Amino acid sequence: MSAEIIGAWIAVFLTFAIFSYLYKDNPFYKIAEHIFVGVSAGYWASMFFWTQIQPNLFGRLWPSSEYNDSGFWYGLYDLLGTVTSSAVFPAGGIDKGHGMHLIYLIPFALGIMMLLSVHSKMTWFARWGIAYTVGMAAGLRAYGFLNSNVIGQIKGSAVKFSGDMPFFAMIGDSYFNSLILIVGTISGLLYFYFSREHVGLLGKVSRLGIYFLMISFGASFGFAVMGRISLLVGRFTRLIDYARVEYNYASIWMFVIMVIVLAIWAFKSKEGKEASA
Amino acid sequence: MNDKKFWGISGAILVLFAIYWVAGYPFFKPERIVMFFAILLVSGTIMLYMRKAVRGEEIYLRTIPGLKAVEEAVGRSTEMGKPVLYVPGIMDMDQVETVAGVIVLGHVAKMTARYETTMNVPVSRAIVMKAARESCRESYLLEGRPDLFHDDMVHYLTDDQFAYAAGVNGIMLREKPAACLYMGKFYAESLLLAETGNSIGAIQIAGTASPSQIPFFVTACDYTLIGEEFFAASAYLSQEPQLIGGVKGQDMVKILILGTIVLATLLRYLFDMGWISWNVLNFLTIQ
Repeated sequence: MSAEIIGAWIAVFLTFAIFSYLYKDNPFYKIAEHIFVGVSAGYWASMFFWTQIQPNLFGRLWPSSEYNDSGFWYGLYDLLGTVTSSAVFPAGGIDKGHGMHLIYLIPFALGIMMLLSVHSKMTWFARWGIAYTVGMAAGLRAYGFLNSNVIGQIKGSAVKFSGDMPFFAMIGDSYFNSLILIVGTISGLLYFYFSREHVGLLGKVSRLGIYFLMISFGASFGFAVMGRISLLVGRFTRLIDYARVEYNYASIWMFVIMVIVLAIWAFKSKEGKEASA
Repeated sequence: MNDKKFWGISGAILVLFAIYWVAGYPFFKPERIVMFFAILLVSGTIMLYMRKAVRGEEIYLRTIPGLKAVEEAVGRSTEMGKPVLYVPGIMDMDQVETVAGVIVLGHVAKMTARYETTMNVPVSRAIVMKAARESCRESYLLEGRPDLFHDDMVHYLTDDQFAYAAGVNGIMLREKPAACLYMGKFYAESLLLAETGNSIGAIQIAGTASPSQIPFFVTACDYTLIGEEFFAASAYLSQEPQLIGGVKGQDMVKILILGTIVLATLLRYLFDMGWISWNVLNFLTIQ
């Protein structure tokens, strides 16, 4: 049996196991869920280490381009290579195309501080890393948000109300579309005005705003559901492929076996419940 | 900082800026002047209202049903003797929604500590786990119930989006929480989580600013905090003057934005008609 066929059987099993959740929580779903969570946690930990920490952090602290075996810094590196792994700290420095950037000692120290928090008395160390992440992101994104969500929005809302354009058009510029855009933006924004009760004129405008929001949510919902259906179709296409003779009718066999096992399990659980009652 | 200090520092900054401007404003990019004014105006307005609130000025905030329901949801869990499930989204602490989610978690943790209700917080990022743990620990301490707090209350599942959704769904099916709160940044897993919560009969409250996921939460949850409502949540829940002042300041910024939109539309119309030569759209384009 080739690896491809084994892979197909595993894929079919895991797909049906996840689908079995539609019936109710059952051993197949539990198996698939635990494999999925466990494997993905391990996979991402490994990915982060080999795509970020090793090349981008260690690779900038001990680059091969500046290797010097007589100095303290690379002496420490060689020591780390000896006591840990030569795959992480290969002889002669790390060659990932970076120069030496000792500023990366700061994220290195913050990372160590996060790790130290496993000890209950050193938990507070982790706050430094969290504070750095939140503060850095707030500062970095403030400019981008102000640019796209405020100034960009104002620019986009300053719509055209002149020139040669039709009164109504489904797509493109029209007086009607411009009006809808500006009324929708203003009323939508007023819905998020919190420091006054939504009564009177403000109440009416904010109600109009929530209608605009709900219409846009409805359109977005329909669009997303279409995307999900296409994913489901893709999965079914694979299951149909795996139901062919080349894969030893994997989908059919697996479906039959799982239905039988689930039926036995459901019957036994019912019996167990009745006995305990 | 008292008023005297505040205005003193503000005045000093203004004088320094005037000197810098007279000296020929080196390194200043005049093509980004709109951004400069926007930063000044937005931060200045918010700071002004924060100071007003701290000084004791009464600020009214209208009721948001979703936020009132948070306490009801925790109360329901207490009555039923079932846990509260809190999902702070799937992104890291560099996302403002995750930060807001962790802040709201702190308030929810205070309620669970007060009512002695179990809480379960599965997370998908290591830094979020640490931040959420710290937040919960502090809330339990403030409520005088550090004995009820344990580290496993906030636990890591996986970084993978759908594996995380599968794990949280499993928790929901097995623990059957009476209240499910989804507050943070969500993507395609939002409907998977909300539908499962719905199927177990839990009261569900969601809060997110992800426009593409709000429809799913609106459909499947009992209450949804849409965008800005979610960011205002911590101010509502804590009733801290500084935060309430911040919400009022943001409201004023919205009024300024509305005014600017109307003015920009008018200026564009005048430019398009050829009555003025100044193009507002060029001015609003950040180079």
